[in-house]
Amino acid sequence: MAMHEASPLPKDQRQDSPLVRRLLIAVVLAFLALFLLAPLLVIVVEALARGADAFWLALQDADVLASIRLTLLVAAIVLPINAVIGIAAAWAVAKYRFFGKSLLLTLIDLPFSVSPVIAGLIYVLLFGAQGMFGGWLQGHQISIVFALPAIVLATLFVTFPFVARELIPHMQALGNVDEEAALTLGATGWQTFVRVTLPNIKWSLLYGLLLCNARAMGEFGAVAVVSGKIRGLTTTMPLAVEILYNEYMSVAAFSVAAVLATLALVTLVVKSVLEWRYADDLAANHRPDRTRA
Amino acid sequence: MTRGTFRQKLDYVLLILSVGFILSIIGGVRAQTELLNVSYDPTRELYREINQAFIAQWRAKTGQTITIRQSHGGSGSQARSVIDGLNADVVTLALAGDIDAVAERSGKVAKDWQKQLPDNASPYTSTIVFLVRKGNPKQIRDWSDLVKQGVQVITPNPKTSGGARWNYLAAWAYADKAYQGDEAKIRDYIARLLANVPVLDTGARGATTTFAQRGLGDVLLSWENEAFLALKEFGSGQFEIVVPSLSILAEPPVAVVDRNVQAKGTTEVARAYLEFLYTPQAQAIIAANFYRPRRPEAADPAVLKQFPALPLVTIDAHFGGWAKAQATHFADGGTFDQLYKPGR
Repeated sequence: MAMHEASPLPKDQRQDSPLVRRLLIAVVLAFLALFLLAPLLVIVVEALARGADAFWLALQDADVLASIRLTLLVAAIVLPINAVIGIAAAWAVAKYRFFGKSLLLTLIDLPFSVSPVIAGLIYVLLFGAQGMFGGWLQGHQISIVFALPAIVLATLFVTFPFVARELIPHMQALGNVDEEAALTLGATGWQTFVRVTLPNIKWSLLYGLLLCNARAMGEFGAVAVVSGKIRGLTTTMPLAVEILYNEYMSVAAFSVAAVLATLALVTLVVKSVLEWRYADDLAANHRPDRTRA
Repeated sequence: MTRGTFRQKLDYVLLILSVGFILSIIGGVRAQTELLNVSYDPTRELYREINQAFIAQWRAKTGQTITIRQSHGGSGSQARSVIDGLNADVVTLALAGDIDAVAERSGKVAKDWQKQLPDNASPYTSTIVFLVRKGNPKQIRDWSDLVKQGVQVITPNPKTSGGARWNYLAAWAYADKAYQGDEAKIRDYIARLLANVPVLDTGARGATTTFAQRGLGDVLLSWENEAFLALKEFGSGQFEIVVPSLSILAEPPVAVVDRNVQAKGTTEVARAYLEFLYTPQAQAIIAANFYRPRRPEAADPAVLKQFPALPLVTIDAHFGGWAKAQATHFADGGTFDQLYKPGR
C-alpha cells in the first residue's frame, strides 16, 4: 500500500496551484458521476419503476432468494481459500528466492489474461461427463460440473490473483527485517507469522479480499458456462439477472441487480468502517514504515 | 494488543459466516423428489404453467409433493450441457436433432426415443413467422423481402439455437420453391439473407430481446409462439406479425433421459410428466401459451383462431429428417458455414 508513504515536505508546499487542483477534481468527479453513479442510479430507478412493493415482491421469489443465498455461499467459500493461498503465494514470491519464481508470478496473473469463458470451459472439459475425469466421477455419483463445486472452482480461478497481487508488492516493500527480528528474539515461525507478518499486511490483505469478494459475487462468464442454469439451484445472482431480464421481468431483473450492487457497496462501506474504527491501529501500523524509509 | 484481537475477530466473523451459509444451504435443499426439465429458450412461460398444473395433479394422484426445476437456453447448447453431465430428468428441446445428439453422444437417451410418445414425441408444434415494427415501415411481406438492401434481419445462431435452425430451413424451403430447386440460386438467396443479419444471438429469447428491447433490426425471424408472446409482453401497439407465404412445421420434441432417471429413481414421475403434456388440461395450457396443440379440441376455440393457416413443409418430407438436415446444413463445413460471412 504505497499510498501511505509520506512525503518529507509539509502539506501545503506539495500542492499544485488551486486552479489545477480544482480542475482535476472536477474532471474526476464528472467522470465518476457519468460512468459510475448514473448507471447505478438507473438500476435503482428501474428496480423501483413499479413501486417499492414490486421491488420487495420480486426479491421474495424463491428462485431469487436461492440465487442470493448461492452467491453469498460461493463468496463465503472462495474468500477464505483465496486468503490462505494468496498469502502463501505472496510469501513465497516476496520472501524467498527460488528457481521458477518469475514463472510463478506469470501463473498468478494467468486468470487476468484468460477469458472467464475459457476458465469455465476448462472445468467442463475436465469434470464434465465426457471429460477426463467424467466417467470416474459419474461412477461414484459425484457431481462437480453443473453443481456448486464447479461454480466455486470457476470463481476461485477467476478471483485468485486479487489477494496475491495486492500482497506481493506490499510484502516485497516490507522485506524480512521484522520477521528476522522476531525470530532472533526467540519467536516460533507461527508466532512470527501471526504477530508480526499478519498485522503488517492486514490492510492490503483486507483490500485484496474486498476486491476478490466483489468479483466473486459478480462473476458471470465463467459461472455461466459451468452452472447449467438450473433455476433455484445453480443460478447465481448475475445469472438470475440475465434470466429475469430475458423473461421480460425487468423490475425483478433490476431489483436483483440493485441488491447485487448494494452488496458490492456494502463491502466498500465495511472497508471504510474498519478503516475508521481501527484508525489508530492503522497509523501505528505505518509508523515503522516511515522510520525504515 | 489490538492487532491480535482484530485478527481474531476477523477469523471469527469469517468462520461464523461460512458455517452459517453452508448450514443454511444444506438445510434448504434435499428431502423432496425433484425433476429437472432442461428446455430450450422460449418455453419459460409455458413450463412455468405446465409445472404448476402437473405438481397439483401428481399430488392429487399420489399424495407426493414434487419440485420441478427448469433450465433454459439455446436448444443446441442445452443438449451439449446434458451430454456434458447436466443431470436432466427430461429434455424438452426445440428439435429432434438435438435429442438425437444426446442419445448418440452420451447414450443417456434411448435411440428410439421419438417412438416412445405419440406424434413424434412432440406434444405441440409451432412454425416460423416474421415480427416487424408497427406499421411495417420496410414493407416486409414474404421471404423475398428479407434479402433487400438495407433490411436488417434478426435471427439467432443456428449452431446453438434450435429456433434459428428452423428459421434457416424455412428460408431454404422457400427458396427451394421459388427457384424450383436450383441449388446455386438457393445458396445465393441464403447468402444474401445471412449478409443482412447484423448479430447472431445464442438463443431465440436473446434474439427477441435484441429486436424488441434493444431495438435492433427491421424484422425478427421468430417462433410463432415467441412472436405472440412479444406482442403480449410489449403490447400490440409496437409490433406486428407477418405471416409469410410458406413456412415450416416445427416439432419441438420431448424425451426422458433414461440413464439419469434410473440413477435418481425418478423414472415413473418423469414419464408421467411427459405423458401429462398430451392431456386435455396441458393441451389447453399449451394453446394459451401460443403453441399449436396436437389435440385442438381441448383448447379454447378463440385461442386457436389466432393461428393462421399457411402452407407448412415438414422436415422429414423436405429435408430427409433431422440427421440429414443437420449434416448437410449445420455440421462443421455445412451450408451455413459455407454461406455465412460474418462482418461482410
